Amino acid sequence: MEDINALFHGFSVALTPFNLLLMFIGVTLGVIIGVLPGLGGANGVAILLPLTFSMPPTSAVIMLSCIYWGALFGGAITSILFNIPGEPWSVATTFDGYPMAQQGRAGEALTAAFTSSFVGALVAVVMITFLAPLVARFALQFGPPEFFSVFFLTFCSFVGMGKEPPFKILASMMLGFALAAVGIDTVTGQLRLIFGFTELMRGFDFLIAVIGLFGIGEILLSMEEGLSFTGKSAKINVKVVLETWKKLPKYWLTSLRSCLVGCWLGITPGGATPASFMSYGVAKRMSRDGHKFGSGQLEGVIAPETAAHAAGTSALLPMLALGIPGSPTAAVLLGGLLIWGLQPGPLLFVEQKDFVWGLIASMYLGNIAGLIIVLTCVPLFAAILRVPFSIIAPIIIVICAVGAYTVHNAMLDIWFMLLFGVAGYAFKKLSYPLAPLVLALVLGDQAESAFRQSMLMSQGDMRIFFSNWLVGSVMALGLVMLFWPLIVKSIARLR
Amino acid sequence: MDEKQSSGDAARHGISVRAAEVTVALILLALGGLVVLDSVRLGLRWDSDGPQAGYFPFYIGLIICIASLVTLARALFGKADSGHIFVEWGQLKLVLSVLVPAGLFVLGVQLIGIYVAATAYIVVFMIWLGKYGWLKSLVLGLTVSVVMFLMFEVWFKVPLYKGAFNPLSFTGY
Repeated sequence: MEDINALFHGFSVALTPFNLLLMFIGVTLGVIIGVLPGLGGANGVAILLPLTFSMPPTSAVIMLSCIYWGALFGGAITSILFNIPGEPWSVATTFDGYPMAQQGRAGEALTAAFTSSFVGALVAVVMITFLAPLVARFALQFGPPEFFSVFFLTFCSFVGMGKEPPFKILASMMLGFALAAVGIDTVTGQLRLIFGFTELMRGFDFLIAVIGLFGIGEILLSMEEGLSFTGKSAKINVKVVLETWKKLPKYWLTSLRSCLVGCWLGITPGGATPASFMSYGVAKRMSRDGHKFGSGQLEGVIAPETAAHAAGTSALLPMLALGIPGSPTAAVLLGGLLIWGLQPGPLLFVEQKDFVWGLIASMYLGNIAGLIIVLTCVPLFAAILRVPFSIIAPIIIVICAVGAYTVHNAMLDIWFMLLFGVAGYAFKKLSYPLAPLVLALVLGDQAESAFRQSMLMSQGDMRIFFSNWLVGSVMALGLVMLFWPLIVKSIARLR
Repeated sequence: MDEKQSSGDAARHGISVRAAEVTVALILLALGGLVVLDSVRLGLRWDSDGPQAGYFPFYIGLIICIASLVTLARALFGKADSGHIFVEWGQLKLVLSVLVPAGLFVLGVQLIGIYVAATAYIVVFMIWLGKYGWLKSLVLGLTVSVVMFLMFEVWFKVPLYKGAFNPLSFTGY
C-alpha cells in the first residue's frame, strides 16, 4: 500500500507541465533516433546526457528515459516499412512486419507493433512498480560478497543467454573490464594500465565507448549495405487503428507469453534483442498458424514487439533497485544518475523517493505519450528515413563527435570514439557482442571493489562466496549460466 | 577465367572471415597480454593491507588471452567459416569512404574546431559522395553548424572544442 501511495506521489512529481513537455520532446527525439541508422537508444541517450546536466535530475531522467521509449517504438517503424531494423531488437519484427507492409497492410502491422510495445512496456512497468521496492529493501542487507555475486550472475548471464560464441562473449566482456581498470586504482591510488600516457589517467569513459561502438560502428555497417533505402508508404488512420485493436485481444495468450519472456530476459541481462527473437520463436512453435509465420502474420509482429519492450523496460529494474543495469541503455542512464549526484542502488528508494517514483510514474506516462505520438506521426518519421544517407551520415558523425567531446571536454575522446567505431564494426561483423563490453566497462570498478572487499573480509578465502544460502545460491546460478553452453552441448550429446 | 576457380572465387573478392577473425583475435591477445604484463608490474599478490592493484586485472587479462586463443585456434583450424567473406572490396571501399573522411574530420576538429570542421565535412561529403550541388551543400553545412553553435554556446552554455587555431575567436565565445 505504501508503494501505491509513493507511486501516486510520483505521478504528482512527473505531471508538471515542464516534465510533460520534456516527455513529449524525449519521445519524439527517441523515435527519430530509433528511425535513423547509427543513432540508437544507448548512444542517443549518451549524446544527449551532457545537455541535461543543468536540469533537475528528475526532469533529466524523465526526458532521457522517454528517449529510450521513443527509440524502442522507432525501431518498429523502419522494420515494418523499410525492412531495415533500426535497432537490433526489431530484427524479429521484420520477419512478419515487412511482408504485411508489402501486402498493403502496413497500417495494421504498425498499429499492432505499437500497441503490443505499449502492452509489453506497461506490464513491465507494473512489475517494476511492485517488485523494485521489494528487491531494493531486500538488497539493503547486501554486503560486498552478495553484491559481487549479483555482478557475477549478471555477467555470467551474458554467456548463458547469448547467441554468440561463448569465448567471444567472454573476450568482449573482459575487454570491458580491462578498459574499466585503466586509470587510477580506487583502492591503492596506483596508476594502472596507462603505460606512461598521462592522458589515459582519466580512464575510458563508457559513454565514449557507447557512442563509438553503437554510433560510428552502425554507420559503417549501414554504409556497407549501400546508400538507398526503399520503403513502403504508411497510411494510418483511425479506422485501421480501431480495426486492428479489435483483432488484438484474440492474441492475448501470445501477448502474455511474450511479456513473461521479455520481463525475464530484461531483468537477467539478456536484453531486448534475445527476448524478441525468443518470443518470436516461441510464438511460432505454439501458434496454430505457426507454419504461416514469415508471410505476414499479425501474431509474428505482436510477439517480438511485446517482448522487446517488456525486456527494454524491465532492464531498468535491476538498475533502479540494485544499481546494476540490465542493458547498455540502462547503463547510460545509470551513468547519468552518477553525474547528477545520485548513487544508484537500494538506498535510492530510501533517500531519493521523489526521483525514483517520479521516474516510475513517468514510465507509465511516457509510454502513453509514446503511443500517441507514434500512432499520429508515423508518415513524418518514415519521411526522415527517405532523406539520403549522404546527408544523414556526416551529420550523425558530427553529432557523435560533439557527444563524445562534451562528456569530458576532451579532444582525445573524439579519437577514441573513432577507434571504438572501427572496433564496433569489426566486433559486430564477427559476432562479438557489444552489450557485455559496455556493461563491464560501466560496472568494472564496482565489481572489482566488491570483489576486493569480499576478499578483505575473508582474508583471501574464496569460500566467502558460498558462506550463506543467499550468496551461495546466486553464485551457483551464475556458475550454471556460465557453463550453460557446455551443459546444453553435453545434454545434446547424451541424447 | 576458367570454370574451376569460380567456386573459390568468392574468397578473393574481399577480406575473408578467417583473416578478420585471426586479426581481431591477435589484437585481443596482445591487449590481454598488456593487461597481464602491467598487472604483474603492479603486483598481483596479497599485501599487508589487502590485495594489490594488479590482483583483479591479472585474471581479467588472463581470461582475455585464453578466450582469444580459443577463438584464434577455431579460426585457424576450424572449417566452419572458411571461404566466407568478411567484407567485399566494393563494400570496404564504401566503408572507407565514410571512415577516412571521418578521420580527416576529427583531425580537422583538432586543428580548427568542431564548428568549422563540421561545415567543411558535411559540404565535402555531400558534394563528393552525394553528388549534390555546392550551394545546397554549403547551405546545409552552414545551417547545421550555426544551429549547433546556438544550441551549445548560446543556449546550453556548453562550450565545444574550437581547435588549436581557433578561427571563430572573433565571435567572442
